[in-house]
Amino acid sequence: MTMTAVAGESRDFKAEAETLFQRKRLWNFGLPLVVLAYFAYIFFAFDIPGLSERASLDNARTLVADSYSHKTHVTYDARMDSLEIAIEGERKGTYPDGETPAWVTPTDAGVVADLGSGHVVTFEGEGVRYEIPGYGMIAATPSRRGVEMSFPSGNREDQPEWINASKNRLTVTTEEGRLTVTRTRAELFKYQFGWELFWFTLDSPFHGKSFAELASLAMSSERVIADTSNLAAMLDHFWNNAMWRHGEVAWAIFETILMAFLGTCGAAMVALPLAFMAARNFSPFMAIRFGVRRVFDFVRGVDALIWTIVLSRAFGPGPLTGALAILLTDSGTFGKLFSETLENVDGKQIEGVQSTGAKPLQRYRFGVIPQITPVLLSQLLYYLESNTRSATIIGAITGGGIGLLLTQAMITQKDWEEVSYYIILIIVMVMAMDTISGWLRAKLIKSDDSGY
Amino acid sequence: MADAPADVPRTTDDVRRDYMAMTQRRRLYSGLILVIFVALMVSGFRIADARNAGGFWDGWHNVLDFPAQVWGEAAEKIQELPANLVTFLPALIETVNIAAASTLVGTLLAIVISLLATRGLARWPRLIPVFRRIMDIMRAIPEIVIALILIFVMGGGPVPAMIAIAFHTVGALGKLFSEVNENASLQPVEGLQSVGASWSQRMLLGVMPQVAPNYLSYTLLRFEINVRASAILGFVGAGGIGYELRNTMSWGQGQFDEAAAIFLLLFLTIILFDQLSSHFRERLTKGAAL
Repeated sequence: MTMTAVAGESRDFKAEAETLFQRKRLWNFGLPLVVLAYFAYIFFAFDIPGLSERASLDNARTLVADSYSHKTHVTYDARMDSLEIAIEGERKGTYPDGETPAWVTPTDAGVVADLGSGHVVTFEGEGVRYEIPGYGMIAATPSRRGVEMSFPSGNREDQPEWINASKNRLTVTTEEGRLTVTRTRAELFKYQFGWELFWFTLDSPFHGKSFAELASLAMSSERVIADTSNLAAMLDHFWNNAMWRHGEVAWAIFETILMAFLGTCGAAMVALPLAFMAARNFSPFMAIRFGVRRVFDFVRGVDALIWTIVLSRAFGPGPLTGALAILLTDSGTFGKLFSETLENVDGKQIEGVQSTGAKPLQRYRFGVIPQITPVLLSQLLYYLESNTRSATIIGAITGGGIGLLLTQAMITQKDWEEVSYYIILIIVMVMAMDTISGWLRAKLIKSDDSGY
Repeated sequence: MADAPADVPRTTDDVRRDYMAMTQRRRLYSGLILVIFVALMVSGFRIADARNAGGFWDGWHNVLDFPAQVWGEAAEKIQELPANLVTFLPALIETVNIAAASTLVGTLLAIVISLLATRGLARWPRLIPVFRRIMDIMRAIPEIVIALILIFVMGGGPVPAMIAIAFHTVGALGKLFSEVNENASLQPVEGLQSVGASWSQRMLLGVMPQVAPNYLSYTLLRFEINVRASAILGFVGAGGIGYELRNTMSWGQGQFDEAAAIFLLLFLTIILFDQLSSHFRERLTKGAAL
């Protein structure tokens, strides 16, 4: 009798263990399979095989090259019969008449551009000649009937791959630069390392001076520009640099941080009183509790994207719209978080305060607030950092802050050095906000272990 | 305190005086912080108001104009609403897919990098600071930056958004995961090591079972955040429902019934995933099975 009972029990254990193992096996093999199947579905749903057709490696190459280098254009316009040297081909970077970069030498009839490694391009009259070591001389002249060109050997059909020649166009691409001749113009690009004109533009008297020269100028009382001290003039020329617009960029960064600050702090101020109404232990009426919670869910569910669109219709683009969009979305988030915190407060402290004869307001002030402050502050600071990132994105949608500058620079698809400048600034901004919020958290909440 | 005369008895009055002085000083500091905070808020609001295209006081009574207009047009063509909802459903699915795929990819990479950045578990302990820095940088780059660059290189579509969100997810989850890892017991890991298990076996069999519930909870929260992010990225050209929303918005007046359908879909989706994720997270924290 007892024997069979024991045997029966042990059989049960074995069966149980087996089903458990079977379930575990199913999980361990099933889950990766499900994930794999999902990735296979995504692979085709997102048309990843077709990606190679859509992707443009040329774009990627321009992007990478532009982000660390700049190019100088030497352009001969056949219609106007004029020669112009401009950094990035922009009006703001055009060399004034008579001034040239060091690698360009003016001659009587044009200029000679020494690209280095023996590559020399000569603009003379209407024609242009490109001397390539180990290959020979290419000559081309823009004309209304087409580009007249001559090569060291053969005609335009049998030239190496890096020469692209047709009746109306000649493109020579070498390591040192790129020459394009069309019916109306001849244009030479020379790529150089670095961000040109980052400190001062060409029209500034401080352009092209070394750091030591600038420092000695700043010290000297001899004024380069009348009526202002050298240091002030330098700062002014840097701040209002037409090419890089440092002043505007700084304002944009400030606007983005402002959006995050106003939105986060405003949301916390709106959410705190409402959170009391939504917390079970502070709000006796279920209807109010339910209503306030649904309001939280609603503003959070509408999301910053839709709030931004709605608000930008009323207020137009700018930092205020972004700040209000963050404020609305986050008052829902904070309301939920704060009311959960309030529901977890220790009732004993409140009772203790009450036992000394404290009135309701004093009970809140001395019984509740000290308990929730650390949690509130830590959430607030965390969201301040996170919202700096959100403000960048919202700025791109509504038109304000660094997000707007970034999208504008991207849309033109040529100022990639500015794009990289903005990206670096954004990363520095977010990391700085992260550090500040972590530091504040450690200062304000002693017990909290910030960081990892 | 050591040089304070120990033999002088402190009376209750002394204690009270000290206490009152301390309280007053603290009140003064709190008051100062409050004043600075209020000044920052007010001046910040004024600057933001001045730099905005339209001012707050001119615009605030117009806030409801646009929703009213959308609502009016949607109500007028209410019979077209179901058809519109069906039209935009594929775009919605794409948005959710972007979020799901990027969360999955991001989580898998975050698990690896968080293990590599945790003291006691790392494969190469000397490289811990390197992996932490990598996570910090990945977290600091906003999704839109990567998305816009990838859209330029790869063309529009869901893939740039997926990569951009996954990239940020690795940084964000990696930090949270490595905090979880710090609390994992090392005994199973040492046990496995003593029988000759490799690093990946130790992590998979020794650490994963301990941390899986916490990982899952953070991943669910991240998924909810990523659904929102994927909708927003669509608006800047990365496909999905956000892209459709921008198109309908640019058609302007007369087409707002479609915008209303998208608003509704987006709202319902976000609410759904918000509720689902908080429901499951609550169950996970209470230790119940899914």
